[in-house]
Amino acid sequence: MSTGEQELGNSQAKVRPKRGVPEGLWKRCPGCEQTIFRKAVEDRMGVCPECDYHWYVSAGDRIKQLLDDGTFEEWDVNLTAGDPLEFNDKKPYSERVKSEQKRTGMKDAIITGHGMIRARRVAIGVTDSAFIMGSMGSVVGERLTRLIERATQQNLPLIIVSASGGGARMHEGILSLMQMAKVSAALARYDLAGGLYISVLTNPTMGGVAASFASLGDVIFAEPRALIGFAGPRTIQATIRIELPKGFQTSEFLLEHGFVDRIVRRHDLKSEIARTIDYCGK
Amino acid sequence: MPPTTHRLAFERPIYDLEERLAKLEAATPKTPAIDDEIHRLRREITDLRRKIFGNLEPWQTVQLARHPDRPMTTDYLALVFDEFYELHGDKSFGDDRAIRTGFAKLDQYKVMVVGHQKGKTLKERNACFFGCAHPEGYRKAISKMKMAAKYGVPVICFIDTPGAYPGISAEERGQAQWIANAMFEMSRLPTPIICIVIGEGGSGGALGIGVGDKVATLEHAYYSVISPEGCAGILWKSHTFAEQAAKALKMTGKDLLRLGVIDDVIEEPLGGAHRDHHSMAARMKMYLIRNLRELLSKPRESLTDSRYEKFRKMGVFFEDGVLHAPAGMT
Ligand SMILES: [Zn+2]
Repeated sequence: MSTGEQELGNSQAKVRPKRGVPEGLWKRCPGCEQTIFRKAVEDRMGVCPECDYHWYVSAGDRIKQLLDDGTFEEWDVNLTAGDPLEFNDKKPYSERVKSEQKRTGMKDAIITGHGMIRARRVAIGVTDSAFIMGSMGSVVGERLTRLIERATQQNLPLIIVSASGGGARMHEGILSLMQMAKVSAALARYDLAGGLYISVLTNPTMGGVAASFASLGDVIFAEPRALIGFAGPRTIQATIRIELPKGFQTSEFLLEHGFVDRIVRRHDLKSEIARTIDYCGK
Repeated sequence: MPPTTHRLAFERPIYDLEERLAKLEAATPKTPAIDDEIHRLRREITDLRRKIFGNLEPWQTVQLARHPDRPMTTDYLALVFDEFYELHGDKSFGDDRAIRTGFAKLDQYKVMVVGHQKGKTLKERNACFFGCAHPEGYRKAISKMKMAAKYGVPVICFIDTPGAYPGISAEERGQAQWIANAMFEMSRLPTPIICIVIGEGGSGGALGIGVGDKVATLEHAYYSVISPEGCAGILWKSHTFAEQAAKALKMTGKDLLRLGVIDDVIEEPLGGAHRDHHSMAARMKMYLIRNLRELLSKPRESLTDSRYEKFRKMGVFFEDGVLHAPAGMT
């Protein structure tokens, strides 16, 4: 389930600015390979002014982009990872979590809470690919499940934005896999209660995240040119030993095959979410 | 059982003794000394089996879980059930041979069986991609389980897959979508569901038919988020460290019980299920009947609630510094 992890590691590192490190005035766009004035990208929500490439945005920035100013309240902020396997991945998992917390300023790979989108109250969760590839362990699974349960009780529309190259988090083993079932079960109850779930897929959404909550939206949006899929491209290449078609596992590929409802540019995301909520009368 | 051609390295001392025993048993005429030796050897074989199979390393369990002579879904269908009435259609794309579905009879019980099939001959293995299902397999499984629930028929799932198929066609047809749909639907089906990992419990491909009221693994099965080879590839950049990875992932019976993700480990006959399909089938039958009886005595609405709570509790984390973990771990 975490097949995407090693494959995306390098390309992600190139795109993602290191926190706390002074950055240059310019950055290179992976889309058009031009050198772009950093401020021009930041002013456009992390979208390239030349080619429309959608850069990584942190979960915190994503929430700022989507919610009305000052309306967000975070839920379950004090959940942190255990180390049930005593897993050692070059460094002990508990240390890896600590250093990721320090580097990203997040407790784990997700932020959940509630706030307003154009004056409509919503429950919202955003995963962040900067924290152990945005992978889902027990904390991500638990926070999502509580989010969905609260959305069910309070009859709120639910928005989950996925940015998870890592899928289910290997470091927590089988418990990570089970989070897929746990979150899916919570969504099944939310569905029975008549809830509206809008899933937003961003670059990258892979493995166990793609194969659980990310695919279960009543409406599924994807940002342009995001990598979305079950198995990582390298795993597939190693299995079938033929060249993968151009554009394979992109948002556009998923739209063409019927697994995404709309490709939505970052600038339009907030208004399209609001519009969908209105259509569903939520 | 016909003699196996696939002998695992750690089983060799057992095979050596068995060959010696077979020679003595074939000897004529038998002297009292030979009879004594036969008795002694039989005891020695049992002791040796107990010693070897009582102290398996996780990697050895993985090897057993993948053993080509290990009973598969079709073996259980033949040996445990009185009849299997296969239903093939996913009503959308095609018949995935990696997942078999159909009605079956088990004593007085009518059930729906959903099981991965890896294949026995090369031809069959190729037809079912060595037990790696495509989206249509999960779609077929969902439609049959829903039908079972509609008529109050309990569902039995046999899990045995290295993982869902990683390929272009599987991605084009929505592998992620259909595994997600399968878990989503299973979690709320108003009929008893028993899931048993009979060999390999490979990741999302396994969990896609793994959301049940009772989840068990066989003694020499594994259940994991990633294959040991895949994990080794990430951690040590080499598949040859699979042995260490199998240990690190805590993917076998005792650990799975401790982590609170399975209810039971079903004991295999001494020496492994691959050496004695009939005893394994008998144990399987007992387990299924006992649990069907228990689950069928419960009201249907309470089933989905308790199934929800069962998965709801899974996970280990700290909240305000307090550890949340299953009872087995604290
Ligand atoms: Zn560009």
